[in-house]
Amino acid sequence: MSERRKWHEGLRVTLWTLIVPPAIWAGHFLLSYLWAAISCAKAGRFATFPTLFVIGTALALTLIALSGWVAWVKARMPGDPPPHEESNEIDRLRFLAKSTLLLAGLSFVGVLFTALPVVFLRDCL
Amino acid sequence: MSLHDQDDPALRAAQEERLRAVWAPPKGLFLRWTDTNNNRVGVWYVLTAFGFMLFAGVLALIMRTQLAVPDNDLVGAGTFNQLFTLHGSMMMFLFAVPMFEAVSIILLPQLLGARDLPFPRLSAFGYWSFLIGGLFVSGSIFFNAAPDGGWFMYPPLTTRTDLSGLGADIWMLGLSFIEVSSVAAAVELIVGVLKCRPPGMRLNLMPLYAWYILVVAVMILFAFPPLIAGDILFEMERLLGWPFFDANRGGDPLLWQHLFWIFGHPEVYIIFLPSIALFAMLVPTFAQRHLLGYPWIVLAAVGTAFLSFGLWVHHMFTTGLPKISLAFFSAASEAVVIPTGVQIFVFLATLWAGRVTWSTPLLFATGSLAIFVIGGLTGVMVAVAPFDWQAHDSYFIVAHLHYVLIGGTLMPLFAGLYYYWPLVTGKKLSDRFGRTAFWMLFVGANLTFFPMHLSGLMGMPRRVFTYPAELGLGGLNLASTLGAWLFAAGVAVICMDICLSPRRAKAPRNPWNAGTLEWLAHPDDEDWGIRSVPLIESRYPIWDQPDFMKKVDEGRFFLPDAEEGRRETIVTTVLDARPLAVIRLATPSVKPMLTAIALGGVFILTTYHLFWAALVCGVATLVCALWWLWTGTAEIPEKPCKPIGHGLELPLYLSGPAAPGWWAMFITMMADATAFSGLVFGYFFFWTRHADFPPQAMADGPGVAWPMVALAVGVSGWLLTLGAREVHARGRVMMARSLLCLAILLSLAGIGAGLAGPWTSDMDPQAHSYPAIVWTLAIWASAHAGVGAIMQGYALARSFAGRMDPTHDADLRNVTLYMHFHALTAIVTYATIGLFPEVA
Repeated sequence: MSERRKWHEGLRVTLWTLIVPPAIWAGHFLLSYLWAAISCAKAGRFATFPTLFVIGTALALTLIALSGWVAWVKARMPGDPPPHEESNEIDRLRFLAKSTLLLAGLSFVGVLFTALPVVFLRDCL
Repeated sequence: MSLHDQDDPALRAAQEERLRAVWAPPKGLFLRWTDTNNNRVGVWYVLTAFGFMLFAGVLALIMRTQLAVPDNDLVGAGTFNQLFTLHGSMMMFLFAVPMFEAVSIILLPQLLGARDLPFPRLSAFGYWSFLIGGLFVSGSIFFNAAPDGGWFMYPPLTTRTDLSGLGADIWMLGLSFIEVSSVAAAVELIVGVLKCRPPGMRLNLMPLYAWYILVVAVMILFAFPPLIAGDILFEMERLLGWPFFDANRGGDPLLWQHLFWIFGHPEVYIIFLPSIALFAMLVPTFAQRHLLGYPWIVLAAVGTAFLSFGLWVHHMFTTGLPKISLAFFSAASEAVVIPTGVQIFVFLATLWAGRVTWSTPLLFATGSLAIFVIGGLTGVMVAVAPFDWQAHDSYFIVAHLHYVLIGGTLMPLFAGLYYYWPLVTGKKLSDRFGRTAFWMLFVGANLTFFPMHLSGLMGMPRRVFTYPAELGLGGLNLASTLGAWLFAAGVAVICMDICLSPRRAKAPRNPWNAGTLEWLAHPDDEDWGIRSVPLIESRYPIWDQPDFMKKVDEGRFFLPDAEEGRRETIVTTVLDARPLAVIRLATPSVKPMLTAIALGGVFILTTYHLFWAALVCGVATLVCALWWLWTGTAEIPEKPCKPIGHGLELPLYLSGPAAPGWWAMFITMMADATAFSGLVFGYFFFWTRHADFPPQAMADGPGVAWPMVALAVGVSGWLLTLGAREVHARGRVMMARSLLCLAILLSLAGIGAGLAGPWTSDMDPQAHSYPAIVWTLAIWASAHAGVGAIMQGYALARSFAGRMDPTHDADLRNVTLYMHFHALTAIVTYATIGLFPEVA
């Protein structure tokens, strides 16, 4: 490998990055709700192939997967053996990264759950 | 101070003497109530909440007795309505939420090795607000004036003054006041967890209780403000006739349901998570091993917190919303099962992997998990919309919610009571009483609530005061009533156990052989919280760190002394708990109590339409708050730094994002911004509900010009404050003062400019929901401009009084932070009311 640092190595893992995956779920959920509520109220129906919704869902899933992948890489930073419950920087980082990874998994499933109704339902009534 | 110094017993005794003097509680018949130390305020808080629980429980017993047999006439329909409304409201607002705050105020400083939480007076203020508001709401039933619209107070029944009496106002204003104290507690708890951990307690070593409390306190910030926004609209309709929920004048009762349940569903998790957090503390103790799957608990807490905000419509499945909307919320309701289940499996796995001691607290814990799981399973059922259409508003729902709340909140609190009693009193409760009570509660709860599933499915609606014998529900209801009495008897056994406690001998220190910091507490409790602030190297320091208790007791860690005679604790960094500063904590004072009384006056007098008296109380509240701030905050220390032992020297003053006060402002403003977004949601909600919004006839108000002027004024005031902060930090004090003066003028101008739009276009807020919501948004933004002016004036006065200088500029930085949020509020408000009608 070259000396050059990969782009994701510069990323920090903090309390804010911990909530990125569920925040994406929340954003997607809000978008879904608003999209359905506004199109049903104003147009009386939602499009049978809802482009906006499909793009939004794909984007949300990609971003969650990406943050999960960064967390996975960070959670495997070399250090002392498990369990990672020492008071040092690397254990704190690996703990936050692992929690982020788990949240990314939950958020991914959450977005899929939210997307499913659009596959099955066709009208507003 | 080196390790060597602490070997000297005379020095240690002198230090202890100084600490004892500094932390001595105020004495005297009245002065003792001015205490702010967490160990006292927390206990008052717990006892008060427990008292309200017993009161609300008695209300439930009266209801169950009324329903024991068909066609009973113990109480009439009107009284019954008051009973169930007050039972639900009190259990939620006066027991479950305050109880979690109370327990946290007692436990958190101990768990975090801090002498106290960062804002002791704020805790005291929260307590007095809670007490006044709670007595006001619960006392109303003795005057036959209790709220009677159900705990979710659906309009239009409750907003029409010809259909509902004073009770609705008492509910709205009394409980709004308590919501203020919840937000205050959230500020205290978040800053406590993030900034007051002991050195070395990085995020990965934090006790899981603290993780849960952090998550729940953040949830409060986003859940309570929509209800506060709803309360504002609700009272505007009741007091002033502004038709937000009146369909005849363009309002919509569903808006209340949205705002209420955006609060109401997260609320369920706000009271469930802190109770389950007690398990995360007691399960490792009784398994005598570290908890398995620490990050999985964090996943569960954070994941549940987020998902819980996507569930609110599942309370509204039968309101005729589009099916696709229902399906989204149904999906999220099923998804929340995942994190909830994960934490239960973590507890089971820890017990499985450990050597279990079957103590009374653990018995309560496992029993409550069994009850909770049944409630969770019926939750999965009612999350499916077609099933809910059948079960909605029937006793099936009553059964579901009580299984969840008894298994998820009440019984875990009893587990916590038996577990933590020795921490608070130094004595153990009786195992014999405890186990007897447990089985009475366990059998009683199942006997009460399991038959309700059946009576619900057989067609018994909730909230009926009686039922005819022909329905065949008599047997099931009698069983429920017998169960309720058995449950009440179980609670009575616990009360008896508590009453006998003062006669029992002290237990040894750390009687359960636990590993976490709070068990450093000595049976003969000292008021200083912790003798010296330890360096943490493990999640279970008492188990893992050699001679840990001895080193803490002998003051061999940090801050073992109070040389300057001040109450102090250490502030550390958020991620890694590196020591940042020593902060001086507030001492006992009457100010928080007076502020709470004055604020209580505002809410209570408004209930009785005594608006002038309420205004006087409002001014008194402002004066008290300013007096409290002026004399008690951002004090310039007598020296810049002080040693805390082991060669470490820490500053005594912080400003900006490192300071607890900055975080408190940030958190308060997040809550404020959330309430504001609830009002903005109202505006756009009306837009979706009407074919033409704004209605043609009213579309020319408030115009574009005035809102744009107000926007420009608001943004300019923000920029001037920002400029004042920058030049002040560079030492140009006179320039900063001039800029602040200009900023005050602009803030005052912002009030006028904001109101000028709806005023000059003669918008009548009683005519239609459109002018009403425009006025509300304009008033909100203008009021914030007014508060901005007061804050800028405060910073200016601090500068002139020599209480703020370029190196001690916390006040100005906090005011600037407020102005960031104010600028955002102004932009969103005036862009919405000024520009949206142009594009709609």
